[in-house]
Amino acid sequence: MALKKFVVGCFQDEKVLFPAVEKVRKAGYKFHDIYTPFPVHGLDKAMGLRDTSLHTAGFLYGLIGTTTAVTFMTWVFTKDWPVNIGGKPNFAFPAWIPITFEMTVLCAAVGMVLTFCYICQLAPFVKRHHFHPRATDDLFVMVIECGEKTNEDELKSLLNSVGAEGVNTQVAEEGWWIGRYDKEQELYKEPNIA
Amino acid sequence: MTKQHFEISAGYKKWTNILLGVGGLALVLGFIFLGMSKDEHAQTRFWAVLLQNSTFFLLVVNASMFFICVTTLAMGGWQMAFRRVPEAISSLVPVFSILALIVFAGIIFGHQHHIYHWLDKEHVEHDPILKGKSGFLNPTFFFAWTLISVGIWSWVGAKMRKLSAQADEPMEKEGAKKFIWNNTVWGAIFVVFFGLTVGSTIPWLWLMSIDAHWYSTMYSWYTFVSSFVAGMSLVALYVIYLKNNDHLEYVTEEHLHDLGKFMFAFSVFWTYLWYSQFMLIWYANIPEETVYFKPRMQGPYRGLFFLNLIVNFAVPFLLLMRRGSKRNYTTVTFLAVIIILGHWIDFYQMVMPGPLGEHYSLGWFEFGILILYAGLIMLLVGRALAKKPLTAMHHPFFKESTIHHT
Repeated sequence: MALKKFVVGCFQDEKVLFPAVEKVRKAGYKFHDIYTPFPVHGLDKAMGLRDTSLHTAGFLYGLIGTTTAVTFMTWVFTKDWPVNIGGKPNFAFPAWIPITFEMTVLCAAVGMVLTFCYICQLAPFVKRHHFHPRATDDLFVMVIECGEKTNEDELKSLLNSVGAEGVNTQVAEEGWWIGRYDKEQELYKEPNIA
Repeated sequence: MTKQHFEISAGYKKWTNILLGVGGLALVLGFIFLGMSKDEHAQTRFWAVLLQNSTFFLLVVNASMFFICVTTLAMGGWQMAFRRVPEAISSLVPVFSILALIVFAGIIFGHQHHIYHWLDKEHVEHDPILKGKSGFLNPTFFFAWTLISVGIWSWVGAKMRKLSAQADEPMEKEGAKKFIWNNTVWGAIFVVFFGLTVGSTIPWLWLMSIDAHWYSTMYSWYTFVSSFVAGMSLVALYVIYLKNNDHLEYVTEEHLHDLGKFMFAFSVFWTYLWYSQFMLIWYANIPEETVYFKPRMQGPYRGLFFLNLIVNFAVPFLLLMRRGSKRNYTTVTFLAVIIILGHWIDFYQMVMPGPLGEHYSLGWFEFGILILYAGLIMLLVGRALAKKPLTAMHHPFFKESTIHHT
């Protein structure tokens, strides 16, 4: 349980958001995240996030699936229990391709979903702090992490100057917890303005 | 400053002339030493190579028009930034059709029954299978259907290109609606007819009838995908060439990424069809079906058979998988060349085992004709590109293409 201080600014429109992101980034502040009601193209680039490695992980999971399927079938059909099926060779590779393919897809898909859930800390009963309830409806919510050297007032005035509305400070749990949202309030040091 | 109009540069002209010179020399020498030879193998080799190249490149350039029509029907906007490139490539269809017709005429009137053995009337009389197919496999039907097919591809293609020229002028809202509607109608006509020809009958007639006893329901799709993925690679090559020469201002990495996706996805789709055709025949193991794979997999074509799989599946699959490599000019260029050559080899191993058997050779004449066609493509696409502005600035979907984001 680590409590951290965040400065939160809300935007009504993408058109305001993008220049604001650029300015805040140039000023050297660290984004915690930007919560949007829908996926926004190009926002990851504007925020300077690095490309995800999820696809590399997916490739590796797929490779594991391929190897598992091929080695297992090879072992079963040539070593453990060789059976003559329609006079085909025991190592009947063309016939195994569908299974190998399915296994590859299964491993890659399930592996990537689980990895994605792990990265995003999504799981049943796991709760995270909401910075603004309207982020799931129609508001773009920019959250900036405050370090020890961050000048909060300067940051707030910067956010106001780039078009943010309802700029506020929240001290909140940055990770996840298991429980219910109604107990969430106990986690705040300061009352939640949002 | 990017240039709206393509002008054929001196270097481009020089390379076109070199390729045409080398290819033309190969054709002339081939005609003298192979085509006019008394040796039947040499004669068959001459006509079989011409058949392979003329059908392959005709289907490849025709794939460009298919791409245009399909994206039109899907109301796609992203391709507008480079749409004039596939348009220019598809303008080769009439020329390549005539070349193919000359080759077909040479084969049929020259009575090259080693290539199409259904041409041998006496043989057909004693062959119940060929006799049963003789309503379909006969010179009259062959020529009539081929003429209708290439005629409609050329005509509807020309119509689509003519419509596209309207997008060079500003359009009113009503005019733009009508423009989209006209495009949709003509695109739909082309796609439906494309399905009836390239998607089914044409590969049966031109290529599958080489092995006239054998049949596969996958064959036409397989041929289509082979030509389509090579066609998309050709489009990608030209887009990169123009981009490197300061044209196509609005084409970004995003468009190249999508072209790369087409090359990747259809390489995988080609493998899927290849496998679907192979696996059922391999598994059922019926002699009348395995006759097709016997010389290819276990006979003299073994090397080409596996090379085909490596070049057309493993290489594009592994090298084009990463996002970065689809957005990189060098890797896309390299893989586009590999894919075109790979599918040229694919067509080679589709055509040759029937007529030539173990007497095939992959030598100066084969590569000479390949070079001749490369030269023809450079010459004609260059001219077609120079005719019109390189971007259809006033197409209603143009804006969508400029802000395209994958």
